[in-house]
Amino acid sequence: MALTGVEIFKLLPKTNCKKCGFPTCLAFAMKLAQRQASLDACPDVSEEAKKILGEASAPPIRPITFGTGDKAVKMGEETVLFRHEKKFVNPNAFVLEIKDTEDDATVDSKLNDVLTSEINRVGQLLRIDGICITNESGDAGKLQSLAERIAQKAPEVAVMVNTENPDAADAALKPFSGKNPILYGITEANAEKMVEIAKANKAIAGIKAQGLEAAAALTEKVKGLGLEDIVIDSGARTASEILEHNTYIRRAALKKNFKPLGYPVINFVQRDEPMYEALVAGLGVCKYASIVVMSSAEKWKNLALFTLRQNIYTDPQVPMQVEQKIYKIGEPTPDSPLLITTNFSLTYFIVSGEVENSKVPAYLAVMDCEGLSVLTAWAAGKFTGSKIANFIKESGIENEIKHRELIIPGYVAILSGAIEEKLEGWKVTVGPREANALPAFLRQKVA
Amino acid sequence: MAFAEPKEAFPGQVVPVTIGSEIQETFGGENTLPFHKFEGSVPNRPLIAYEIQDVPPEDWPETVRKVYEGVSDDPVKWARYCEDELKARSIALRLVGTHPDSKNLSADDAATVVKGVLDAVKVPIIIMGSNHVEKDAEVLPRVAEVAKGRNCIIGKAQEKNYKTIAAAAMANDHKLIAMSELDINLSKQLNILLTQMGFSREKIITDPMCSALGYGLEYTYSVMERIRLAALAQNDEVMQPPMLGDVGMYVWKIKETQAPEDVLPEWGSLEERGILWEAMTATSLMLAGAELLIMRHPRAVEYTERFIDELM
Repeated sequence: MALTGVEIFKLLPKTNCKKCGFPTCLAFAMKLAQRQASLDACPDVSEEAKKILGEASAPPIRPITFGTGDKAVKMGEETVLFRHEKKFVNPNAFVLEIKDTEDDATVDSKLNDVLTSEINRVGQLLRIDGICITNESGDAGKLQSLAERIAQKAPEVAVMVNTENPDAADAALKPFSGKNPILYGITEANAEKMVEIAKANKAIAGIKAQGLEAAAALTEKVKGLGLEDIVIDSGARTASEILEHNTYIRRAALKKNFKPLGYPVINFVQRDEPMYEALVAGLGVCKYASIVVMSSAEKWKNLALFTLRQNIYTDPQVPMQVEQKIYKIGEPTPDSPLLITTNFSLTYFIVSGEVENSKVPAYLAVMDCEGLSVLTAWAAGKFTGSKIANFIKESGIENEIKHRELIIPGYVAILSGAIEEKLEGWKVTVGPREANALPAFLRQKVA
Repeated sequence: MAFAEPKEAFPGQVVPVTIGSEIQETFGGENTLPFHKFEGSVPNRPLIAYEIQDVPPEDWPETVRKVYEGVSDDPVKWARYCEDELKARSIALRLVGTHPDSKNLSADDAATVVKGVLDAVKVPIIIMGSNHVEKDAEVLPRVAEVAKGRNCIIGKAQEKNYKTIAAAAMANDHKLIAMSELDINLSKQLNILLTQMGFSREKIITDPMCSALGYGLEYTYSVMERIRLAALAQNDEVMQPPMLGDVGMYVWKIKETQAPEDVLPEWGSLEERGILWEAMTATSLMLAGAELLIMRHPRAVEYTERFIDELM
């Protein structure tokens, strides 16, 4: 169970040396209890205290990194059940399953889907994060050759090896040794051998259980065998099982501090139809999965799932922002209209969408207002005449367009005088208050 | 350490709402979080209504407009098609043509359309205005009268026009959609105002305002979750009406449902993308607490129904 500040204080050196950055040991202890400081900051703490505190202060869901390099996926460390309470921390990984019974052409085509899956949305690069290679054939040699093919063609992608056969596991894990792969398929029956193989290849243990009680017993067993980086498959396959198991696991870990289930969760959501599979994968995204294993990765399906994951994992306290710059919509010419708005992502999406709907090519100047919408930014003094004038001057747009007319949002009509004053030679035109009136406004403007 | 299922029981319950006359449908009524059958009672499945309009859907993108080609020029034909061919469990008629910027159809025109649709189909009907505060206050009372006896849902009542619309719903025995803009406190306040004027909280459907996947879904999702937790955990009676996700209207106007594949090849098939966008917006909002959904594309409805089957 978590310790209180006073309990932690008793284990500290009580020297008030300030080396941790806090004025007293008690203040440091309080921060530790709130998980706002790390024990590493204290240079003088005893080994014994470290052990006790380390266990008590470990995050309720163990942090685990799947894969290596830039594209490694961090999992675990979640602290809440509902995203409005506090941000969901580590977005789930999407993993595409490839079976060792599939022919080379299918394997290559799926690999290609993974390697070309990257999409930039609101400044974030999103992609299929990993591959699950499944020993469908039951043959160790087949799994090994699939593993080698993938290690060669997609060396940067995180890999999860799926087999219950220790011989196949041993052969297939080798190419990924040291790259934080997952060895999935550890059961009550094969745990001793499989954990040895996982340890030898520095792999994460993926346990395969039937039910939550069995899953808890199995994580304890694997931990007893010396491997603590574990991900859990509770055996849930239907949507209702996934909802039930994932909810119980998250609650047990967070509310009951039940360590045997304090690990990231894998959901297998494969279905016959990609569209339907996407909906079940979406359940995993919304409801606590850390890894979602799918059977296909069509571009349209990826786009919807990446977007959902981005929405669910957005920090509810920090507005989503887009980059400050002049966006080109359609193929604008030096005579095309120039509009300005703020960089709150919703504002940007709605305004740019409506400009696009108008079919009038245009420049959209998006100004950094710390992610506030137009009226809020104006009220907060971040969307003012002089700031707008500076942004327009520094943007270099004056070199791209012939005219000197800036269209501002109708809600800030009041700014037109101030902008004209600061932006010499420019004319300010007040646009509509709501974005949905933009198409009519723009069409009339260029008519 | 032995594992015990950390079940949670709540003191509150979502109000069950029954609509329709000859054929009826009930949604809401659960005393637990969405689809948490493992720790509570979920007596009714969410209800999906097919959206139709009083005027042809010229601004709907091709993917969904072509489905209704040949029927969408006439709301009566369109409603029959939904009931007979698509096996709709409910139909939502939106009177967009009454909007002053659209065709500015009168309350009498709207009443004729509503009567025609009601005479043509038996499933429960939701009747919505054009979301123009003043015009809705004029149109909705008239159509509520025409629909008397059919136990419909009328909407949407907002802070600026709720009195007239709620009075009309009350006088003609209809349920009412109460809409506020993405704020749990505004939503609660509107429900309080409605109950203070004598409108039964058991006839309210809360619309906390929908957003499409990628376009603010997280706001609607979290407002819905907070409303639901207030209803269940805090047993807050005014927060206990079931919730609406007005999905189709928000989904079928965004770029992802319109941009062709040849322009954005990295986004893949436009047809599949649009349908999935609608279905995934709907299923995500159901997981946050929506029990009534208004949707457009039959395939999106079909996949959403299948998802409900797997959860019920």
